[in-house]
Amino acid sequence: MRRTALAALVSHWRRQKLQLFALLAGLALATALWSAVQAINAEARRSYAAAAGTLGLGSYETLVDPAGPIPVESFAALRRAGWPVTPLVEGRAEIAGRRIQVIGLEFLSAPRRNLPDTLAADTLSPAEIFLPPGIGFAAPATLRALAGQPGLPRLFADPALPPDRLFTDIAVADRLLEAGSGIDRLLLLPGAPDGLPDAVVPGLRRQPAESQGDLTRLTASFHLNLTAFGFLSFAVGLFIVHGTIGLAFEQRRGMFRSLRALGLPLRTLLALLLAEILALATIAGGLGIALGYLIAGALLPDVAATLRGLYGASLPGTLAFDPAWAASGLGIALAGSLVAAAHGLDTVRRMPLLASARPRAWAIVSGRQLRRQAAAGGALLAAGALAPILADGLLAGFALLGGLLLGAALLLPLLLSAVLALGAAHARRPLAQWFWADTRQQLPGLSLALMALLLALATNIGVSTMVSSFRQTFVGWLDQRLVSELYVTAPSEAEAERLRAWLAPRAEAVLPIWKVDLPLMGAPGELYGIVDNPVYREHWPLLAATDAPWEALYAGRAALVNEQLARRNGLHPGDPVSLGAGWQLPVAAIYSDYGNPAGQAIVALPTLLEHHPEVPKLRHGILTDDPQALSRALTEEFGLPPANVTENGRLKAVSLEVFDRTFTVTAALNILTLSVAGFAILTALLTLSSMRLPQLAPLWALGLTRRRLARLEILRALALAALTFAAALPVGLALAWCLLAVVNVEAFGWRLPMTLFPDQWLRLLLLALLAALVAAALPVRRLARTEPSQFLKVFADER
Amino acid sequence: MNGNLAAACLLCLPTIADAQGFAGLGSDAVGFALPDPAHRLTFPEDHGAHPAFRIEWWYLTANLTGPDGTDYGIQWTLFRSALAPFEEAGWASPQIWLGNAGLTTPTTHFAAEKLARGGTGQAGVETVPFAAWIDDWRMAGTETLDRLTLSASAEDFGYELTLNATGPLVPQGEDGYSVKSAGGQASHYYSQPFYEIAGTISLPEGDIPVTGQGWLDREWSSQPLADTQDGWDWISLHFDSGAKLMGFRLRDRSGPPFTSATWISTDGTPTPYSDGELTMRPLATTDIAGAKIPTRWQIDLPAQALSVEIDAINPNAWMDLSFPYWEGPVRITGNQPGRGYLEMTGYAAE
Repeated sequence: MRRTALAALVSHWRRQKLQLFALLAGLALATALWSAVQAINAEARRSYAAAAGTLGLGSYETLVDPAGPIPVESFAALRRAGWPVTPLVEGRAEIAGRRIQVIGLEFLSAPRRNLPDTLAADTLSPAEIFLPPGIGFAAPATLRALAGQPGLPRLFADPALPPDRLFTDIAVADRLLEAGSGIDRLLLLPGAPDGLPDAVVPGLRRQPAESQGDLTRLTASFHLNLTAFGFLSFAVGLFIVHGTIGLAFEQRRGMFRSLRALGLPLRTLLALLLAEILALATIAGGLGIALGYLIAGALLPDVAATLRGLYGASLPGTLAFDPAWAASGLGIALAGSLVAAAHGLDTVRRMPLLASARPRAWAIVSGRQLRRQAAAGGALLAAGALAPILADGLLAGFALLGGLLLGAALLLPLLLSAVLALGAAHARRPLAQWFWADTRQQLPGLSLALMALLLALATNIGVSTMVSSFRQTFVGWLDQRLVSELYVTAPSEAEAERLRAWLAPRAEAVLPIWKVDLPLMGAPGELYGIVDNPVYREHWPLLAATDAPWEALYAGRAALVNEQLARRNGLHPGDPVSLGAGWQLPVAAIYSDYGNPAGQAIVALPTLLEHHPEVPKLRHGILTDDPQALSRALTEEFGLPPANVTENGRLKAVSLEVFDRTFTVTAALNILTLSVAGFAILTALLTLSSMRLPQLAPLWALGLTRRRLARLEILRALALAALTFAAALPVGLALAWCLLAVVNVEAFGWRLPMTLFPDQWLRLLLLALLAALVAAALPVRRLARTEPSQFLKVFADER
Repeated sequence: MNGNLAAACLLCLPTIADAQGFAGLGSDAVGFALPDPAHRLTFPEDHGAHPAFRIEWWYLTANLTGPDGTDYGIQWTLFRSALAPFEEAGWASPQIWLGNAGLTTPTTHFAAEKLARGGTGQAGVETVPFAAWIDDWRMAGTETLDRLTLSASAEDFGYELTLNATGPLVPQGEDGYSVKSAGGQASHYYSQPFYEIAGTISLPEGDIPVTGQGWLDREWSSQPLADTQDGWDWISLHFDSGAKLMGFRLRDRSGPPFTSATWISTDGTPTPYSDGELTMRPLATTDIAGAKIPTRWQIDLPAQALSVEIDAINPNAWMDLSFPYWEGPVRITGNQPGRGYLEMTGYAAE
């Protein structure tokens, strides 16, 4: 009996191959998206320890000699006096026509976590490492460019390294840079005493470590957004699964009744259905994991490049298979399909033995039911909105997201129904009236697919608004941070004066970057002085400002403060900020400053000098058309140590280029979710088309050609997609706002300014219409080719 | 410390600390100087480094006693390992230095290590006055090695000791040419076993004043062991009578172990004994890091009517470093009581 029942149940899928495909594909796609995002995130997190590695040398305090390189004897003296220091040399070498940044660490005393993985892999002998030619590490592309060059060490590819950088042992670097054993910096390793080693080596200066907190926070932000995206994608997929499973249940009502009437116990029927769902979910989940692995593998290099370029976090470009990750993917596929099937199973459980076998799903859902669903949607929206008020933290942010999306999706059918009713009320011609009414009648059958489309569109709008806003802020931040093409630090004040004189005829502008460290509003802070140069006005993103903030600043009447200082002390433009004993200025503007945990304020340079004449006057930003030439001249003609010159123009370009590759990731995920939604529409329309023959036949009999009918069907799909888009737009924007202003603030403590990008919406609208068109094409083609006899048969078979 | 890198470096240190890893390396001494039986030790030159040889060490062990009679042991070792048979100033030096320090109490064993390259002054040996150092670990004193100060410190232990020699330097083997296998592998080897020691050891609980006896070994070679020899058991014993014994047993996969010993009389006169005259027989083992380490031994040297048992003061004196080995103080019982040091390498986990 059980076997017969099972055979009967399975026979449905044999007949409805497309439905089976839709179910498997929907669930597999949803799982794939979810697990791809998870895989990428997991891979990224695994790599953060390494991220702080080769590129994280800035996480150490350093000792430098303002007078020039530190002699090797000083290094030995410090070590012998118990100072845990490790030397670093750094400079540019011209190799194969490229300017290569060479970094040499002393491989024996350098901390393990800062050494490339290859070195730790234990495959190289000490002779290979330390005897000429030695070994070096470079990005794969750089490696290819340098291949075959004489005088180089044996090179290994390390994707964690930025381009045009060669990471090697100090002996090799010393040789390549002809540094004569001089050391540029000594990294202070954990356990180093406080203060200066003046008793051992006088004249050294201690430089603070670069802040690493930003890396973690910024990458965390990126990952949280990816996770949210993965989750939303999965929700979209679940809608499809829910729809397909619901349909399969509805279509088999008759079969269930027959089986029950033949004596199959309800319990057995339910168990069989459950087994069927679990089997399908396992197959689809397995497919999804494989697909997700492929997607993640394809996207990971881009993500890796993004993270590296954005934050300096290194990530291997390859994906390691993690069973835990696969298990979680399968788990969510099973859980998701159970959730989707719960309603169907419950219906079967409650179904009276002799219930009518007529498929109910395609009947017009009563207005009351529609209203009930909408009420649930409204309640979800309200609950979501209340969450951040009632609770704090990330969870509330996500509750808001969830409530918003699900609520909006549940409201959609009522909304569409109302709009269509409105359309019908204004329609005059009979055909138009029929069009509106018929569209409305189809709504219940399509509503699940349309809800999926709404979610996909809203997610797309939300995520791309967020990413674009993020990009804009980031570009602003880059500009602000890297406003000059070159950064130079003079070894002494006398040298600095000589440097300014030397630069005056050679550079467009020399911008002093002079700052004093001082407490600002009771916490450690920095006070900068800047000169009046248009680059600041043009490039610095101001989050909030008074009228004419720059004028007030340069007149010495006001100060700019960073977001951190403003947030911490509740400062708004116009409020006074205390800049030291007896010195207060009104805040002219607040600027974003993502790279810095400390409070910061900016005043005009003369104002700073007036209050702090002792400020170290060593660092300068240089604006120039040809940073490369000037940088070379600075080291070769002026004689500045290469480590004192930083070329940032190129770095900025690389960062931006790499950031834009984020869009590859987002765009790819966007298109995938949209295709999932398009697929849902296709399956819904296909199902409907076969059932709609009885409704279309009378129109055909009244003289409408099949071609005309087909055109109307296309129009209907487009109209529904456009209406859904119109509903998705506010939801998507609300979603973006939620991500930027709630989730981001809860997670990271700062808010990203939201910017609207209407051209993206337009593109998305076209994409949605295209998806609807493609989805409608197949059923419509079928309709246009339906034999007239088929239409006639409708009347013959009239029930 | 770079564990793997240190291990990699140690792999080319075919030393007593590395009896397992150097098969193949040990017998291949291309370009390196070889020990010469005709060489006569000359001082202070031979206290210094011999960069033309592949490996070398300055190895000091001491049996110490606290004010309450508790036994302690310390070890201070500077290894030199050459990747090429020369030294050159600057980062390109092919010489690599490794420091090991140990401190053993009856209940705890501490160990630490340091790595440095030659050519920079971070580690090295000078002869006049004598100084051997790596970072702030240091053994320094007169060019005769008669008076030394010794210091090392790590996160959880340290020591500062003064050493005074009460007897002469003692050449091992034949005038300092010490044969290590029947195949003729050998090293240059001499000792200063007559140090009286006073100073302070630092433990997590605090500083403890100590006194005791020390033993310095100086050895350099380019190919110390044969291919089939995969580990070594070495002892340095101070008998209450004032006599000393250096002995070692090289375990051989292909046959009986190769043994060698030097009996040092109270006035420092050495009597070398060739293979087979000394016997070392394990009596009990301790399970450490998956290996069975013999921590109690029967030692017999019939030529000196010696029959004693040595027993580890702390059986867990495991130097858990990049390259792990056992090294700790022992108590001697039998017809010649006293105390000494035991070192064992090459006991692989089973």
